Amino acid sequence: MNSASPILEIKDLQAKRGGVPVLDIPDLDIRGGEVFSLIGPNGSGKSSLLLVLACLLPWRRGFLLFKGSSITPGNGLMAYRRKIAMVFQEPLLFDATVSDNVAAGLKIRAMSRADIHRIVTECLDRFGIGHLGERHARKLSGGEAQRTSLARAFAIHPEIIFLDEPFSSLDPPTREGLIDDLQRILKETRTTAVMATHDRLEALRLSDRMAVMKDGKIVQTGSPEAVMNHPLDEFVASFVGMETILSGEIIKTGSGTVMVHLQGGDIEAIGSARPGDRVICCIRPEQVTLSTGLSQESVSTRNTFAGRVTRIVPLGLFHKVSLDCGFFLTAYVTSASVENLDLKEGKPVFASFKATAVHLIRK
Amino acid sequence: MDLILEGIQKAFSLLFTLDPEVLGITWLSLAVSGAATLISLFIGISIGTAVALVEFPGKRIVISLINTGMGLPPVVVGLFVSIFLWRNGPFGFLEILYTPTAIIIAQAIIATPIVMGITLAAIQHLPKNLRLQILALGATRLQMVWLLMKEARLPLLAAVMAGFGGVISEVGASIMVGGNIKGYTRVLTTATVMETGKGNFDVAIALGIILLLLAFMVNALLTQIQQKQRPR
Amino acid sequence: MKKKNLLFITLCAVVLSLALTVSGINPCHAVGAQQKNVILATTTSTQDSGLLDILIPIFEKKTGYFVKTIAVGSGQAMAMGQKGEADVLLVHSQEAEKKFMAEGNGMNRRLVMHNDFIILGPPVDPATAKMSKSSMEAFKKIALSRSLFMSRGDNSGTHAKEKSIWKAAGINPEGQKWYQQTGLGMGQTLSVAAEKKAYTLADRGTYLALKKTLGLDILNEGDTLLLNVYSVIQVNPAKFPKLNTAGAKAFADFMVAKDTQKLIGKFGIEKFGSPLFFPDAGKKEEALGKK
Repeated sequence: MNSASPILEIKDLQAKRGGVPVLDIPDLDIRGGEVFSLIGPNGSGKSSLLLVLACLLPWRRGFLLFKGSSITPGNGLMAYRRKIAMVFQEPLLFDATVSDNVAAGLKIRAMSRADIHRIVTECLDRFGIGHLGERHARKLSGGEAQRTSLARAFAIHPEIIFLDEPFSSLDPPTREGLIDDLQRILKETRTTAVMATHDRLEALRLSDRMAVMKDGKIVQTGSPEAVMNHPLDEFVASFVGMETILSGEIIKTGSGTVMVHLQGGDIEAIGSARPGDRVICCIRPEQVTLSTGLSQESVSTRNTFAGRVTRIVPLGLFHKVSLDCGFFLTAYVTSASVENLDLKEGKPVFASFKATAVHLIRK
Repeated sequence: MDLILEGIQKAFSLLFTLDPEVLGITWLSLAVSGAATLISLFIGISIGTAVALVEFPGKRIVISLINTGMGLPPVVVGLFVSIFLWRNGPFGFLEILYTPTAIIIAQAIIATPIVMGITLAAIQHLPKNLRLQILALGATRLQMVWLLMKEARLPLLAAVMAGFGGVISEVGASIMVGGNIKGYTRVLTTATVMETGKGNFDVAIALGIILLLLAFMVNALLTQIQQKQRPR
Repeated sequence: MKKKNLLFITLCAVVLSLALTVSGINPCHAVGAQQKNVILATTTSTQDSGLLDILIPIFEKKTGYFVKTIAVGSGQAMAMGQKGEADVLLVHSQEAEKKFMAEGNGMNRRLVMHNDFIILGPPVDPATAKMSKSSMEAFKKIALSRSLFMSRGDNSGTHAKEKSIWKAAGINPEGQKWYQQTGLGMGQTLSVAAEKKAYTLADRGTYLALKKTLGLDILNEGDTLLLNVYSVIQVNPAKFPKLNTAGAKAFADFMVAKDTQKLIGKFGIEKFGSPLFFPDAGKKEEALGKK
């Protein structure tokens, strides 16, 4: 599964769309069999990059390499296209039955009717829409339509599948089911997948590796754990959900730990630096604990601060609590805890987090 | 009122007795307008699709021209075609003025922009990413164009019907380039005008009714094909 | 899905073959057979009389030419001759014809036949036109009594004749409330006149064809001024080398030939009881009308 050389590579690529530069990627590689996500805000170039990788968007400079050979419109394009598939945010089904849709790619390849029939039945079952074979595309629900689109893509047994926000137009329960199924099928078929999404949790769940994009450039690549917990700059930190981002200066260094001076307090963090270095501290809100009184535990935690609740926003599973501890801090607290602690705006609380929870970005 | 009744009576008697002249005129109308529609179908759908799909400088102007062409007055087309086909005109050596071929040419010129314009709108109306999706399925450019046309088949058939309707009913160009020659270039519309001018209103009404019947039957056939494509 | 494709293809094939057979219907239309076509420019009233429907097939059979009869107004017919777009003309507008010949556009103008115009009006005859001794007098009476008069107003031969009678009577009807211009063909103008119970000038042929349904009476006829003389003119090939001069000559000769003239004299008797046209080939124009 993991071959030594990547299945897809980009080198020094620049692309424009409608005269406007949209991509500037010096280096990117996708490994065979992995699920690779592109995340970033709208307009960051995720869709454009996907289209370039699928060879559907022409580029001005640079190279696209598939298994080591360069793909250009004059050389290898059609052969490459026949080995890939793409699914868009909208199902884009044809005005025909589900079976006819799933068979579309096969008909393009002029396969025999018997083969087509066999493969289509197999794919329909795989995606749980075997009972919808004869139904017309216009009569499908959103989830059923997207399943059909996926079945159509997998029917041609692609080596790489590109997905552009495939789940964003689906409602949560449908999305859940489909994500599970897709994950399973990708593993079973060992298909390489490149997916663009603005939902970092989705990316976290499905990917082996991800890349964060901003303004047409890739700012960080790595495993989900690495990107989520060790962002390389403020932008990535903010995008991966580190709600607390503070700048400060190193005032003391010890054995493996440093003290960062912020306006309003000092934070202890793990790392090595020189006094006087300017750094940014990022803290995940899930790793901040709140309490109304100082307990034994909180005393031993180095980073404990007294503060006041400034805002509470319910976010479904938990509440987002904003605090003012001399500096701004955000914590995620379960609804049960909100009740137990009787949290409300203006209430004084103690917030604590471990030194290991503080991620430092050097400026 | 009696005049219309007389006309209906005359229409039936002409048809049932298989009056050879009327049959000939009807046949000619169908053949000429049918051929013109066929030509306009091929040129109109191919160019309309091409303009819809390809980006090129001046595309907006071309689209404006096509849309303007949809409203081209048939009589003006007839005038210009006859000027070109006059003996002393640039194409006079072809000797096709006052022949059914000339009528087919004029009617094709009238129908083509109609088919082109509707095709253009139909293809442009398809979802933006559909083209990319089809290419991603491994289609060649030709396969992609064919699949897009299939997706737009309902409005494309409407385009053909609009083109046919425009020419089966036109009279100005047919008179000018055809000459309304008995048994040769006389079609239902030109014959109707002539009979009216003579004052034979019953015959004129009869021919008018036959023309309506003809148009209805052809459109019924095309509609049947079109609606068969609709998802049930 | 395959059935639909088949249907479409057969439809196309049928239509295309129809069109091809239709275009090739005339054997004279093969390439290189240009000189088989003779373009005859004539007037709508001539075509409407039905005379050409009898004569032309005979001519075609006899000579093998294919005659394309283009029926337009006299003015347009002569304009076509002037531009060399017609080979031979059959028209009835003497003043214009003389001008045409004087300008060197035609050759060999020959008399073919004549019919006459008649003044029609409502049976009630408020202007007492029936009591007139000449067409001029009848027109004067109509003008004086300000009775409704329908003119074709389209520069056709009939319209030209009508204007000449007004001129001879010294009256200018233009712009007067009782003088209305339809801009329509003869048959339609007659219908309008009948509807409005108005006076009008028409050629006998069209009147006879529509007599039954009209309800208008002949109030004046027979005057020399009312003569409608038809001539056949060959277009001058000196200016236009592409003309079918042989064909034009053949047609013109045919129109004045003895047998044809006999047919002309008989035309209409069966249907209307009296002939529509009077053959005049070989006669002198001034001698006409003096019967």
